[in-house]
Amino acid sequence: MIEIEGITKRYGETTVVKDVSLTIAPRTVTVIVGTSGSGKTTLLRMINRLVEPTSGTIRLDGEDNRTLPGFELRRRIGYAIQGHGLFPHRTVAQNIATVPTLLGWDRARIDAKVAELLTLFQLDPAAFGPRYPHELSGGQQQRVGVARALAAEPKVLLMDEPFGALDPIIRAKAQDDLLAIQKHFETTIVLVTHDMEEAFHLADRIAVMDKGEVVQYATPAEMLVKPATPFVESLIGAGERPFRLLAIETVADAVEPGAAEGEAISSTASQREALSALLWSGRKALPVIGPDGAVIGKVSLEGLAQRAAGPA
Amino acid sequence: MQLRVDKLGVITAALTAYGAFLAPFATFRANRIVAGEGRSISEALPPTWAALVLLVVIVAIILAILKTPGVLRLAIALCALAVLALAIGAAAGQLTPPENTYARVSPASGFWLLLFALALLAADALTRLRPSPLVRVAILSAVLGFIAVVLISGAWDGLSLLKEYASRADTFWAEAGKHVMLALGSLAAATAVGIPLGVLCHRVPRLRDGLLGALNAIQTIPSIALFGILIAPLGWIALHVPGAAAIGIRGIGTAPAFVALFLYSLLPIVANTVVGLAGVPREANEAARGIGMTDFQRLAGIEFPLAFPVILTGIRIVLVQNIGLATIAALIGGGGFGVFVFQGVGQTAMDLVLLGAVPTVLLAFTAAIVLDAVIETATPYHNRVQSA
Repeated sequence: MIEIEGITKRYGETTVVKDVSLTIAPRTVTVIVGTSGSGKTTLLRMINRLVEPTSGTIRLDGEDNRTLPGFELRRRIGYAIQGHGLFPHRTVAQNIATVPTLLGWDRARIDAKVAELLTLFQLDPAAFGPRYPHELSGGQQQRVGVARALAAEPKVLLMDEPFGALDPIIRAKAQDDLLAIQKHFETTIVLVTHDMEEAFHLADRIAVMDKGEVVQYATPAEMLVKPATPFVESLIGAGERPFRLLAIETVADAVEPGAAEGEAISSTASQREALSALLWSGRKALPVIGPDGAVIGKVSLEGLAQRAAGPA
Repeated sequence: MQLRVDKLGVITAALTAYGAFLAPFATFRANRIVAGEGRSISEALPPTWAALVLLVVIVAIILAILKTPGVLRLAIALCALAVLALAIGAAAGQLTPPENTYARVSPASGFWLLLFALALLAADALTRLRPSPLVRVAILSAVLGFIAVVLISGAWDGLSLLKEYASRADTFWAEAGKHVMLALGSLAAATAVGIPLGVLCHRVPRLRDGLLGALNAIQTIPSIALFGILIAPLGWIALHVPGAAAIGIRGIGTAPAFVALFLYSLLPIVANTVVGLAGVPREANEAARGIGMTDFQRLAGIEFPLAFPVILTGIRIVLVQNIGLATIAALIGGGGFGVFVFQGVGQTAMDLVLLGAVPTVLLAFTAAIVLDAVIETATPYHNRVQSA
């Protein structure tokens, strides 16, 4: 649980973050979005005290984040940034081992952790551990960056545009991997981005920032249906709204009784993917199969159209 | 097989040919200060030696002109250099009249040209072969070992340079020690002071411009003028600070030479430390802070190792520069190889000048190769980029 209370940051006359209060539930993904200069990165960096707030308090699991010295606090919070920030003179294994080493773990525990994380990120420990960062592709570097942030098993992971430098295909993969990892470790993730697509894909809750203030803090669905201000509405993109709405829900929520012809779709796919499959194949309905492969019903064009409609 | 011409090789071959066939190989003088007379290869060497030298020179010329594999070029160049080194010793024996201790035989322009051209051929071959740092140091050790063996064997004892050495053997090693002490000692002091200063400049930008400006200004003072400037303050310290004179601080002598070399050394080291630290990737620094390194851990674990190759480059510049500059120390009684250079200039004895100059060049050359190898070894992650 992260409780941000009345946080303000001023640099001289300019107020970068203005009286922000947010409560972030444990084991969720919260995405802070906003245009450049909206104060989103500053807000993130005040959580691990890379930036000290002018006023206000931040509590992690009820404890004020100023009780520990800054560097000790940061060792307990994962931090991943755009362009990965790997240390070029250290191998992949040494990079991942950074925080455990700072914390004084014993060698065997560190080695086991490095191997576990590399495996989890689909990198063979024997092949990738001894390599230097520049010998890796952009996507691999980014994965090592996140692995390093998670090495000391932090409860909270802060990410500042972590996928900004990746091409679209690798980015989508990296996002899915992150969600899987988040489920695996039950980490609380706070992620900053300016990419709305990314925000809707990852977030349990989205905080929209504008000129240093949080203008709306809500679930993606709420935000789509009831944008708080015209700014939020323009950020979402009015033309994208029905598709974003379908994209955040799974087919399982839209299953209707009955049967349909042709190729089936998995119940874990998004409703947007179902709509796409319907339009592309020219059918009115698709059979839906559950996780065990058995047909559990159908999803129809009509049903999806109703779900995608905004409030009257 | 198609024969093709190597452009740089043509120049090397021309120099070699001129050195071997047109310029005098050795100089004979009746005593150490009169003007000498040139002797060609056939005049200066016994027939078998002359034939051997001409043979390797001709082979080297042919291999240099044609496009040939690097290993072959390196082998013939080193082989020819070795023959040349032994031949000049044989020339001394051939040309010196028996029982004459005044006559002097020294290498002439042809020998030096051949040495230069063949060294160029070897260096060119080495650049093309791109040997690893370890191999380069091994080749250097082999060459130095060869020179040492020839010196110890006495094959060069008839040469005038070695005759100058023979009459000054004791002072030579004492001055050699002083020279190395001056060059390395001032480097060590400048490193110990310069790296912390560089770190400070990096952290405090306001300090940077002032300090680098001051060090730049020192660098522009000619060395003799700097010695002069130092005489007054060091003399004052020697007189007024108790114990200063006892540890050797005086207006002239080793102390001002040491201080001057130290001051000249500071700029490259401080500037390279600043540049090296500034070149550390911003993201790496940001990440180091973000995952909980203290300022000191970040400096010692991230910034310094990443800046280290650049700092080492500064140290290399200083070492090579100091080995050369230390020669000037002799002017104010600081000792070193410069003693022989200035004595030789005073007596118009060219051989004595060379007795000071040749070891200085050899020392600087060795230092440069060794430190280059160290720099390359210190950056494994960088090397792999180049080889990838």
